[in-house]
Amino acid sequence: MQQYLLSKKNHLTLISGVLIVFGFFSHFVLENVGLSEGALIIASILGAVPIAIQAYQALKVKVVSIDVLVTIAVIGAFWIQNYEESAIVAFLFLFGHFLEQRTLNQTRSAIKELTEMAPESALRQMKDGGFEEVDVDDVDEGNVLLVKTGAKVPVDGTVLSGEGHINEASITGEPVPVNKTTDAEVYAGTILENGTIQIRADRVGEDTTFGKIIELVEEAQDSKSEAERFIDRFSKYYTPVVLVLSFVVWLFSQNIELAITILVLGCPGALVIGVPVSNVAGIGNGARNGILLKGSEVIHDFSRVDTIVFDKTGTLTRGNPTVAEIEIYGDNSNESLEYLASLERESDHPLAKAVLQEIGETTFSTVEGTEVVKGGGIVASVNGHRVAVGNVALMEKENVMLNNKAQADVRRFEQNGNSLVLTAVDGELKILMGIRDQIRVGVKNDLQALKKLGVKNLVVLSGDNQGTVNVVARELGLTEAHGHMLPEDKSAHIAHLQQQGQIVAFVGDGVNDSPSLALADIGIAMGSGTDVAIETSDVVLMNSDFSRLPHALGLTKATARNMKQNILIAVGVVLVLLASVFFSEWMNMSIGMLVHEGSILVVIFNGMRLLSYKSKGNKEQEKVKAAPASNASMT
Amino acid sequence: MTKAVLTLETLSCPSCMQKIENAVKGLNGIDKESVKVLFNSSKVKTEFDEQVLSIKEIEKAIVDLGYPILKTKVKSA
Repeated sequence: MQQYLLSKKNHLTLISGVLIVFGFFSHFVLENVGLSEGALIIASILGAVPIAIQAYQALKVKVVSIDVLVTIAVIGAFWIQNYEESAIVAFLFLFGHFLEQRTLNQTRSAIKELTEMAPESALRQMKDGGFEEVDVDDVDEGNVLLVKTGAKVPVDGTVLSGEGHINEASITGEPVPVNKTTDAEVYAGTILENGTIQIRADRVGEDTTFGKIIELVEEAQDSKSEAERFIDRFSKYYTPVVLVLSFVVWLFSQNIELAITILVLGCPGALVIGVPVSNVAGIGNGARNGILLKGSEVIHDFSRVDTIVFDKTGTLTRGNPTVAEIEIYGDNSNESLEYLASLERESDHPLAKAVLQEIGETTFSTVEGTEVVKGGGIVASVNGHRVAVGNVALMEKENVMLNNKAQADVRRFEQNGNSLVLTAVDGELKILMGIRDQIRVGVKNDLQALKKLGVKNLVVLSGDNQGTVNVVARELGLTEAHGHMLPEDKSAHIAHLQQQGQIVAFVGDGVNDSPSLALADIGIAMGSGTDVAIETSDVVLMNSDFSRLPHALGLTKATARNMKQNILIAVGVVLVLLASVFFSEWMNMSIGMLVHEGSILVVIFNGMRLLSYKSKGNKEQEKVKAAPASNASMT
Repeated sequence: MTKAVLTLETLSCPSCMQKIENAVKGLNGIDKESVKVLFNSSKVKTEFDEQVLSIKEIEKAIVDLGYPILKTKVKSA
């Protein structure tokens, strides 16, 4: 019976609402007071029943819930024959609840989208070789599964046979499908866009990378900060205190009306709900943008960060060296470039790749008598010419004279952080190339954005030599740059910064920098959602997309601000209501309930704003990112 | 000890959490420390002793409070 009544709560709300309207209609238009009172009495009872059931169940498990306060208030109003108030208060409470449930679903939608991407079923091989559809929970490690075009890969596994293109956007954020053949690893939650493959299940359920991501986000949305735990403890005692207060007021004033009004006004709804809605909306926005934030404590700390440490130059640079500067000496430059290319084609030195890429299409000549000079370069004979390719030391050894201009060029290139490749033909310097790892596109703007968000110090700690590090630091306007750093030097430096009172975030790839990730106030892992990164860090940027960083920081700041606003709104409303009940004439139960429910909706709507948060100055990237996002939502 | 994760219909009032928490903790055979009611994901996570208590009884305790259960997952730990 109780179950039945509760399940019909929305119907009861509707009927009681209609009766209230009818009651007022018959009072003021039909001027039939008897009919009006009848309608309001029925409305009060219909509205009060579900609330009373909830209150009874709460008391049974020793909780003084809001339902208890409201039930007493409604009964009190009924007792003093104020049917108008008893009906309206009960109705508003139920209707408010209905709206809260609807809007709360909105704030949680972003995370729901993510969890709904989880695969649900799989085609498992039976003993006779055929395939049967089973629930993904029933798949065990070692099972052989069939994945057809358009289906989700159900588990982490290895391709046994077949071939196809897989969209791995849900794991890596990379929108371009990857070709997978035998022995390739595939991940749960990714989508086979074409082809058919058979896979062996290696990790299932919560052990898959996708499972871990979902678990992390689910835990994060409900993890509580110190402030929230305080509010929880507070509200546990708050409702009983309101009950006692109203009882005391009644004892002294003998005014039931005043006593029950206090009961309604004292409801703590917005206070308890305000912080969780900001939290879930903020984390949801992050998840949708490839940023995993581990809970509200992380949001709080990250929003206060004033120093960001980058683990290596590779985070800021492209990671593959290219020719940045070039000087040609004398005539016949085409011929010299041709010889250079012919020679470099034979080499597997990393710089050779950059050189060949720079020269592009050319004709190659036969190379004879190649001689590798250790720590210098290569010397060989091409078309009868003696060609030497290498560094300055090799040129000296080959007795190649560098004139004044060439010497100045060499110095300038070195200062710019280049590695040098000199080419001499028959003892004469022909080409000077400066090769360096280039700054990633957009990084400079992103760092500017971080500064605008209040980050004071941008530090790079790198294993590279100091010269290279300095160049990167100068070009990007970093505040500190240290080279020749081992992993333990990095964590020591972070500890040093923390001693100076800085709040430090560390950005790393999560593979060999776990100590620093753990030590920093906020550890940010940039990577393709690898297990280690997910476990050791506080924030995971799913794809190695640097532009997510300002978004992440801006989002945590917005979320932290949003929580404060909600607390302020909630506390403010209760204070104003309680003050006005003592100092004004217009306050009564119905208005109190209306404002109270209204304030709950206000904090929910305020939290919802976070879902559409976008970092300024990143609009361009937003457009690019729109592609994978829409892809994901189609599934 | 057996681990259970129960998914409920959307929880909308935080005082629901306290009710559910107290109700589940009140059952005999529950590991009281392990009871977690997650507000935003509307889930109840708990560990219990299957010798003493069945998952049906846990479900009943929650349903009796007026919170329908959408999905139950049990895993022996």
